[in-house]
Amino acid sequence: MRGLDNRMMQRLYGKRKEWMLAVRRFDRTQQAIVLFLALLSVFMLLPIVYVFNHAFKPLHELFLFPPTFIVQDPTFQNFIELLALTQDTVVPATRYLFNSIVVTFLATAGMVATGALCAYALSKHPFPGAKLVMGSIITSLLFAPETIAIPRYVVVQSLGIMNTYWGHVLPMIAMPVGVFLIKQFIDQVPNEMIEAAKIDGTTEFGIFLRIVVPMVTPAIATITILAFQNAWGNAETSTLFMQEDAMKTLPFYMGTLTSNLANAVARQGAAAAGALIMFLPQLIIFLLSQRKVIATMAHSGIK
Amino acid sequence: MSSKAEIRPLPKTRTPGAAFGFGSKWTRSIKETARNAWKWRLSYLFIAPFYLMFLSFILIPIVAGVLLGFTYFNAIQFPTWVGWMNYQNLFSQDIIFLQHVVPNSFKFALFVGPIGYIASFLLAWLIAQLPGLLRTWFALAIYAPSLTAGIAMTVVWQVMFTGDRTGYLNSFLLKWGLIEKPVLFTQSSEFLMTIMIIVSIWSSMGIGFLAILAGILNVDKQMYEAGRIDGISSRLQEIWYITIPLMKPQMMFAAIMSIVYTLKAGAIGTQLSGSNPTPNYAGQLMINHIEDYGFIRYELGYASAISVVLLVVCYALSRFFGYLFAPKEGE
Repeated sequence: MRGLDNRMMQRLYGKRKEWMLAVRRFDRTQQAIVLFLALLSVFMLLPIVYVFNHAFKPLHELFLFPPTFIVQDPTFQNFIELLALTQDTVVPATRYLFNSIVVTFLATAGMVATGALCAYALSKHPFPGAKLVMGSIITSLLFAPETIAIPRYVVVQSLGIMNTYWGHVLPMIAMPVGVFLIKQFIDQVPNEMIEAAKIDGTTEFGIFLRIVVPMVTPAIATITILAFQNAWGNAETSTLFMQEDAMKTLPFYMGTLTSNLANAVARQGAAAAGALIMFLPQLIIFLLSQRKVIATMAHSGIK
Repeated sequence: MSSKAEIRPLPKTRTPGAAFGFGSKWTRSIKETARNAWKWRLSYLFIAPFYLMFLSFILIPIVAGVLLGFTYFNAIQFPTWVGWMNYQNLFSQDIIFLQHVVPNSFKFALFVGPIGYIASFLLAWLIAQLPGLLRTWFALAIYAPSLTAGIAMTVVWQVMFTGDRTGYLNSFLLKWGLIEKPVLFTQSSEFLMTIMIIVSIWSSMGIGFLAILAGILNVDKQMYEAGRIDGISSRLQEIWYITIPLMKPQMMFAAIMSIVYTLKAGAIGTQLSGSNPTPNYAGQLMINHIEDYGFIRYELGYASAISVVLLVVCYALSRFFGYLFAPKEGE
């Protein structure tokens, strides 16, 4: 045990030493870069720091003049207000939160599972039409769902999945950028491994599950994040495909909170608390997997 | 339809022979294709779940959108075919489109697209020059705003730019004596566009930025040494002759992401000002115009025609980037 600790200490110390040396070795340009980026990142992070502070401000601090940036005595009042706002109406805010969690979970899991399966076939099976399918996916990267909202509405209506969870989940599964990224990554898996597994008598699905998936975990992690971001922040499916309030999700509710906020400031605190609830999961998930994300993005190129 | 009248006779005269020739060939090739497809049935099964979703929610809507663009459709009655009329109206009679939407979209796209793209590249390059831990932190700081893109962050911007003195910007400007009374930033036609552009650039460093960063980090260090031997003397030359050519595919991916982002980001105008149409149409972009006609006035055919114009512009842009970043011979 002590030996282990010692080794760890040594490693940590070694890292620190390395780090100090690196800083000292910085030349003028690198010092300038660090300074510039430090200033810039303060500017970039300012609105985010602000949301954190604003969400915890008590009522009297929200409307101070001159406005303060940092919260003086933090409270959970805004979060309570956010939940209490709609308690006496038919649809409480917790229902939106519940819908959001269900939809995000199903859409992310569905996107990753179907996307990885599709990407594997596209990458390793030269079936007739594979090029055409891939071509259609790459071309469609271009078309933001917003531009085809109207025909999408017609499709969802004619499938009869309005006001159901399917109406949220199925359109979100169709995320071409996910398939594209995993496919680029699976391209790196050597064909010999798959051939060897085939000779050993592994089924195609077995190859996918036990050989390909473990090798492309970085790509899977990345598209999990992208699918999660897409689903968690998506107000489009609620606005367009859901008429019943009980089926709408949190981003939609946030939209109704902020839409009348332009010059009135009521409910500002609750809106800030909601913004924080929307933002935090994304940040945490990204922090946990940023290394894998960058490793995947190296293969993102379109040739 | 009517314009094709003069070429109609031609295929008729050719048909008999061609049909005969093709017919026998067809039956044979259909059989072969079917047999081939059966051999790959498992692959089709693998792609089926995703591709069915893709077909129904992306590909069919795109085709349907193009078709709807030629119709009058109010979401209640069955669409009626009106030919090119929507497009004619759009380019000759829609004064709001011609006077506000087109110039606004052009201005917005010009700033957010190229500036955001170039800034992504420069920032990624600067970050790549730093060692491990610092690199991670700065990359995160630059990337984090893109996580906020969407409806939730509106609250921040609205409070920052609130029209009374409790708004941060107003309070700051008042304090320094730059203005005498609070400005209604999000309601004014002078400032709305500028605010939209700043906010959009702020949150534009998304997965395109990460792709560029990864691309730069992936360039083999030996290439730079080789370049130095070949007489490359400055960092700028290094970027131009080594870094960019080696990461063209990532640049292409980032370019497409940038186009899509710019297109989506346009919706921010209505979120900031809280109304569609935006005050005096100052922040009215193509995407808001589509929403205005599609979901407020329920002229879905006309709105689809505008979407098609937008898609065509995006496609043309992507072809341009494709040409720019196409691998040259010998690469």
